[in-house]
Amino acid sequence: MIPLLAIESADRYVGGAYLVFLLLLLVYVAIMAAKLARIQRELGSLAELAERPPPRPAEHDVGQIHEREHEIETVRQGQR
Amino acid sequence: MADALKSITLRRLAIATVAVLVAGYALAFFAAPEDADQGFIQKIFYLHVPLATVALCGWIVAAIHAIRHLRTGDPKHDARAYVSIHISVIFGFAVLLTGAIWAKGSWGVWWEWKEPTLVSFLIVFLLYATYYPLRYAIEDRDRQARYASVFAITAGAFVPLNFLAVRLAQPLIHPRTFSSAGGLPDSMLFPFLVCLAGMALLWSTLVWFELDAKAASANLKRIRRALEATA
Repeated sequence: MIPLLAIESADRYVGGAYLVFLLLLLVYVAIMAAKLARIQRELGSLAELAERPPPRPAEHDVGQIHEREHEIETVRQGQR
Repeated sequence: MADALKSITLRRLAIATVAVLVAGYALAFFAAPEDADQGFIQKIFYLHVPLATVALCGWIVAAIHAIRHLRTGDPKHDARAYVSIHISVIFGFAVLLTGAIWAKGSWGVWWEWKEPTLVSFLIVFLLYATYYPLRYAIEDRDRQARYASVFAITAGAFVPLNFLAVRLAQPLIHPRTFSSAGGLPDSMLFPFLVCLAGMALLWSTLVWFELDAKAASANLKRIRRALEATA
C-alpha cells in the first residue's frame, strides 16, 4: 500500500512538472500568435493604404489649373 | 528568396525540435531505467536540468551578442541579445517551477534556502528580470541598446562564476547530473543528452521565431512611415 501511494504521489509531481512547462510554452505561443495576428492586421491596413488611388484635385484646384493654362496660352499667342 | 529560404529553415528547425523532443522524452520515460534512489520522480530531471542548462547557455549567448553589438553598433546584435535573454528568462522561470515541484516531491518542501544551487539560480534569474525595466526606462533607442548590452555582458559574466561557486560550495543536497564521482549511468545519460539537444533546439527555434516576428514588425513600421510620407 505504501509503495503504491508513493508511486501515485511521484506520478502527480512528474505530471505536474511537465504540465507546468507545457502550459508556459502554450502561454508563450498564444502571446506570439496574438502578436502575429496584429502584424497581419497591420499588413492588411497597409495594403489598403498602398492600393488607395491618389487623391483627385479639388474643384478650386481644377479652376486654378484652367486659369494657369489660359495664361500660358495668352503668353504664347502674344509671342507669335 | 532569402526570406522564403529563411522560413523553410525555421520550419525545418521546428520539425527537428519536435522530433528530437518527442524522441528524448520517449527514451526518458520508456527506455531509461527508474532511479534506484529517487524512483519515478527523477523523471523530472529530464526536463528540469536541460531547461536550466539551456537557460544558462542562452544568457551567455546573449552576452556574446551584446559584445558584438558594442563592437559593431549593429542593431541586429542588440535584437539577438534581447531575444536570447527573453527566451532564457522564460526557460529560467520554468526551471524554478519544475525545481520547486521536484523539491516538494523529493524533500517535502517547495524551496530550500540553504541550498546554494537553488538560491544562486534565483539570484541570476532575478538579475535578468531587471533587464526589462532597465531597458525600457531609457527612451533614446541608441542609449537603450548600449546600456542593455553593457547589462547583458555584466550579467553574463555572473553565469559561469555562479556555476563555479555552486560546484565549489559545500554541503550539497541538490543532486549533480555531471560529476566526477558517479554521475548518470549510460542508460540514463543518452536519453538525457537527447532531451538536452531537444531543449537547445527548442530555445533556438523560439529565438529565431521571435526575431522574425520582431523584424516583420519593424519592417511594417518602416513601410507605414514611407506610405504616410508619400500620401
